[in-house]
Amino acid sequence: MNQADLPRWASAFALPLLNLLSALLVAAGVIYLLGESPLESMGILLNAAVFNPEGFGYTLFYAATFIFTGLSVSIAMQAGLFNIGSEGQMYLGGLGLTLVLLAFDAHLPGWLLIPLAILGSAIFGAAWAFLPGYLQAKRGSHVVVTTIMFNFIAASLMNYLIVSFLIPEGQQNTASRVFAEASWLPKLNGILPVLGETPLNISFILALFALLIYGMAVWRTSWGYQLRATGLNQHAAHYAGISIKKTIIVTMMISGALAGLGAVNSVMGSTHYLNLNFPAGAGFIGIAIALMGRQHPLGILFSSILFGALIQGGFDLSLEKPNIPPETFIFIQGLIILFCGAMENLYAPALSALLKRKEK
Amino acid sequence: MQAVEFQHISKRFGAVQANRDVSFSIAQGSIHGVIGENGAGKSTLMSILYGYYRADSGKLLINGEERQIRNSHAAIELGIGMVHQHFMLVENMTVLDNVMLGSEGGFRLAAHRKEVEAKLREICKTYSLDVDPLAKIEDLSVGVQQRVEILKQIYRSANILILDEPTAVLTVQETASLFEVLRLFKQQGKTIILITHKLQEILDITDEVTVMRAGTVVGSVQTAATNKEQLAELMVGRPIETHLPRAPYAPGATVLDVKGLNLVNAQQVSLLKDLNFQIRAGEIVAIAGVSGNGQSELLEVLSGMRLPTSGEIRMEDRMLPYAGRKDADGLPAVFREIGIAHVPEDRLRDAVVKNFSVLMNSFLGYQKKLGKAFGLLDYKTILKNCESLLSKFDVRPADPHLRIALLSGGNQQKVVMAREIAANPKLMLVGQPTRGVDIGTIESLHARLLAMRDAGVAILLVSVELEEVRALADRILVMSGGCITGELKVEEFDATRIGLLMGGLHKH
Repeated sequence: MNQADLPRWASAFALPLLNLLSALLVAAGVIYLLGESPLESMGILLNAAVFNPEGFGYTLFYAATFIFTGLSVSIAMQAGLFNIGSEGQMYLGGLGLTLVLLAFDAHLPGWLLIPLAILGSAIFGAAWAFLPGYLQAKRGSHVVVTTIMFNFIAASLMNYLIVSFLIPEGQQNTASRVFAEASWLPKLNGILPVLGETPLNISFILALFALLIYGMAVWRTSWGYQLRATGLNQHAAHYAGISIKKTIIVTMMISGALAGLGAVNSVMGSTHYLNLNFPAGAGFIGIAIALMGRQHPLGILFSSILFGALIQGGFDLSLEKPNIPPETFIFIQGLIILFCGAMENLYAPALSALLKRKEK
Repeated sequence: MQAVEFQHISKRFGAVQANRDVSFSIAQGSIHGVIGENGAGKSTLMSILYGYYRADSGKLLINGEERQIRNSHAAIELGIGMVHQHFMLVENMTVLDNVMLGSEGGFRLAAHRKEVEAKLREICKTYSLDVDPLAKIEDLSVGVQQRVEILKQIYRSANILILDEPTAVLTVQETASLFEVLRLFKQQGKTIILITHKLQEILDITDEVTVMRAGTVVGSVQTAATNKEQLAELMVGRPIETHLPRAPYAPGATVLDVKGLNLVNAQQVSLLKDLNFQIRAGEIVAIAGVSGNGQSELLEVLSGMRLPTSGEIRMEDRMLPYAGRKDADGLPAVFREIGIAHVPEDRLRDAVVKNFSVLMNSFLGYQKKLGKAFGLLDYKTILKNCESLLSKFDVRPADPHLRIALLSGGNQQKVVMAREIAANPKLMLVGQPTRGVDIGTIESLHARLLAMRDAGVAILLVSVELEEVRALADRILVMSGGCITGELKVEEFDATRIGLLMGGLHKH
């Protein structure tokens, strides 16, 4: 049975939840094999990531980045494009904002500097995604292949740029100089002192706005309609007069811009300098979030918070339980991609059979 | 002896009761027709017989024994074979390999292959099926491909053969030779279940016919004791109007003027050759021809989905804007602006997005013209428009939020037709409007097209069904091999002459 024939609540909530629980169950099994109690570990994780206000602040801080990368992957998926290059686009986004800040942070006030830098990150991310989009549209080179290659190119390019140009003289650290304080994003602990010393900043609020705009654009505008028609049936899209090439290129650039915006949170809100490999896999986590959240704004929000909590809780867990290595998080992430992406319809037949029996 | 017996079969899909208490039996060694409108439950019933679906309740008897058919493998084991409307063949493999697919018989293919080839040649001889086992599928005509499907079933020693709309894609001659094969089959004591919506075929070849409507059996009759009118009435549940009213032929100004249209594809094959014709306001010009003789390409060019290689095509007083483009990406939008609406031949490929709701499909192609509030789509108005279209065209179920793939073909076509008519075009391009559509719906779609004609719209109709051409056209153009091989008025309608023109015989 087609999964689209399940009731909305079932395909939107029940299925992802079942998939998530399966992933966590397997993870629990592995933790048990490592010689630790899964229940106790889960308790530590939850405590550190959710119940402790400061920990929760960190969770949301990580989530802010993931919302942007999740959106980046999701909007491309709506057009039937699998953008694996969010990692590289985010990396380049970091370069964009850094160049703006290095050039202007001594001269401009914060209210002008911050928007300019954010714009810089979006433009650089979009530019980095333009070429794969162009190649797909005009030459038929598959975006999966080109975006993977562009991730590698981005990594090498940034390595070269940071090491050759951005490291201040006399420094050893592979990072740019620290930006002027005017560019630092306002933290939310000013309004919510309970968050303590967390780096949670206004980019989380920007992320919420991005979710809202994404939802409106995809489901409530004719542009979003064209995007989804292209993703579901290119023949029909062509028949409907939609320019498929334009849709592909524009969507990839928006996807890249969103990934680029993912750099704002950590670079301008926490470290305040550009360092080597700062995305640290956030672009790839975006893929898991898009799959698990089914490209729906609320789904993306909850998945991002979940992944934020896994990272934050994972740190504490590995500190308290030396048997559980920090890499366990990557393992759980893999499990979630496996269950929510590759096997997303695993429980659909059983669920639909169950619902049918209930109907009678 | 009964080959198949359905006893009180019921099957539900969500809110749709596809089969309700269906009971009838099919005698061994007979040709049994199953007819009904789209959505009457024929396909569901056959899918239950072939193991794709399980019935919610009821019994299925094969050769007198109750059987649970869990999947198509089980069906094949029981000697049930199915020839689908859309062939299940691997295009770039040979006939032989296609037949062997699924029954390769061990690791070493070569040894087995010789054996199968010999057996195939023998079967071809017995049933006088003219098929070369070593030919590639992609090189074969549609009619021959269908024979390969039948060959596959004979090779798997099917005793009960289900044919789903087998003649939908065949020419008159191909249909005749298919029926020859089926009669031979019957002589061998095999049972044939023929699903079709063409009443003439039922009368020509079946022994008994079961009529379904709305998931139930409304009658099982001996073919010899019935006629077209009775069957049609049983199917639809009301008498069918065969002669639809139309205003006298009084065409207005020329709307479309095609001069020297040529189309050559990337492989340098000429698909359209020097076409010249006009369509005037208030007339229906029908293109008759065997499928694949350039009609599809002509529609694609005229709707802006494809660029012509050369030619002057004028709509009213302006040239259609092909010039200065590298490809047709986005061009159909411009053509809609000019006033050209298009009901494409391949509904599911081009005309609808299967995973969109009926609502979302009700404005495909017109998405830029929708009402907006603060830049956002005004779903309230869109919904109201869609609901009025659904009720005006009697689409069932009239649920705008249903995924369009769940509608029957006829109802999908009604949605497409409603959408295109609502755009008030000056020129309407219609490809195979009633392909896979039942009689009741055909009648209403035809009436719509005639009403458009009477209202002064220029209509270009492409159809492979001569009956349809005759029922709708004012003028008939016959196409063969990308050329127009003849033109006649509908009063001069002559099936033999059209048949010859379709075969490429030019008028002297």
